[in-house]
Amino acid sequence: MLDGVDLTVPAGSVYALLGPNGAGKTTMVNILSTLLAADAGEVRVAGHDVRREPARVRAAIGVTGQFSAIDMFLTGRENLRLMADLTHLDRATATRDVEALLDRFDLADAADRRALTWSGGMRRRLDLAMTLITRPRLIFLDEPTTGLDPRSRRAVWQVVREQVADGVTVLLTTQYLDEADALADRVGVLDAGTLLAEGTPSELKAQVPGGATSLDDVFLALTGHAADPADTSEVTAR
Amino acid sequence: MSTTYAVRDSMTMLRRNLRHLSRYPSLAVMLIAVPVVFLLLFVYVFGGTLGAGLPVDGGGSRADYLNYLVPGIWVMTVSSVANGTAVAVAIDRTGGMFDRFRTMDIARVSVLTGHVLGAVIRTVLALTVMVGFALLLGFRSQAGVAGWLGAAGLVLLLAFSFTWLTVAMGLAAGSVETASNTPLVLMVLPVVSSGFVPTEQMPAGLRQFAEHQPFTPVIETLRALTSGTPVGSAGWLAVGWCVVIAGVGYAWSRHAFGRTTAPAR
Repeated sequence: MLDGVDLTVPAGSVYALLGPNGAGKTTMVNILSTLLAADAGEVRVAGHDVRREPARVRAAIGVTGQFSAIDMFLTGRENLRLMADLTHLDRATATRDVEALLDRFDLADAADRRALTWSGGMRRRLDLAMTLITRPRLIFLDEPTTGLDPRSRRAVWQVVREQVADGVTVLLTTQYLDEADALADRVGVLDAGTLLAEGTPSELKAQVPGGATSLDDVFLALTGHAADPADTSEVTAR
Repeated sequence: MSTTYAVRDSMTMLRRNLRHLSRYPSLAVMLIAVPVVFLLLFVYVFGGTLGAGLPVDGGGSRADYLNYLVPGIWVMTVSSVANGTAVAVAIDRTGGMFDRFRTMDIARVSVLTGHVLGAVIRTVLALTVMVGFALLLGFRSQAGVAGWLGAAGLVLLLAFSFTWLTVAMGLAAGSVETASNTPLVLMVLPVVSSGFVPTEQMPAGLRQFAEHQPFTPVIETLRALTSGTPVGSAGWLAVGWCVVIAGVGYAWSRHAFGRTTAPAR
């Protein structure tokens, strides 16, 4: 799936892995978050080797996957409380953090309804809140805004900026260049399991004659083919 | 990860499990409904005829058949609750909750322990209902306290082993639908055992299968314990099967839990 991907993310920065569906972004996040073992190579996360010290890696990270991983049968408040309990927060801290996050993510009104009855955008925000309550030093966000309306998308961006301001490191995957542009200090372009290019957003865009406005332009410039050949209509729409 | 955290995390997971139960009691009722329907169907529709075929002097009655059938229905209840466990585990796997837990620094064992303890508690509740129901229909036992305790112990052991097996089935299933279908074998096997009719009347081949499959010694032992007759070698066979099934289920579960990630949705 992945072939010779070599990247380093400095602490307290945002790194965006940019690539189309099937590029290997989720595989990358799964390996970094100890869910999958890499066939070869060395992976260090938060100073620890993921193969030899997975528990130490897990203690440092928080993961919000591509699909909301929340307990549909519990309420929003109970979902957050579950994460707080598993992080071994004491009762007072847990209660305070749960309420603060419900407010921060605009979920307080629906907090006592089962997540099953929530909208997709609310579930994604809850998922992110569940990751933050564990107080990670390093956060993996796998396509955090795919399928979100523009307002929720901005809200997620704002959360990422707040986290980085607090010294948290963020590695996110995205299909959108504007997202990488808005958030990331460095961007890696992933296609078919290989890292095609790496640099700051402006460095990447400068590689395209006349300047790029979308991922497709960057892809066309880097590979000579569209990001997603099955979806050429989007290229023209942009 | 210390033992204290393993216990604390397991309790957190168990609370989550029991909260599901209290929030969706209809789900638990559905799991009890299947053995209840089998009990009513076999006692009141087939019971008169099947009772006459029991190996008692002058042929048995419907009441004799009820006494014969009840241990098999209890075992079926254990299977039914275990089926629900496979579904719950598959929902956690395909819904991404297991992946979330696996990226957290928690006692790994607690994730599965929560399901297993929750399932054992659900089984105890379901069996309490089923024992009460059997007594209501006229089930009578000659057994003393020791017999009942022995029966309760064996049923709990069976529940424990089936739970580990169905946890593995839930982890291995690609979808929630598959997870609800695979454990149906545990619902069908009691019918092809000494649970519903004595194996002596089955044709050769089927009879050998019925006599040597795990459900038969378990049901025979329960029947002996609750009717106050000698258990004989069936008891050891029953315990042996339970231990083997639990061991296979546990090993399979641990293997599957370590390597499965949620399928893309």
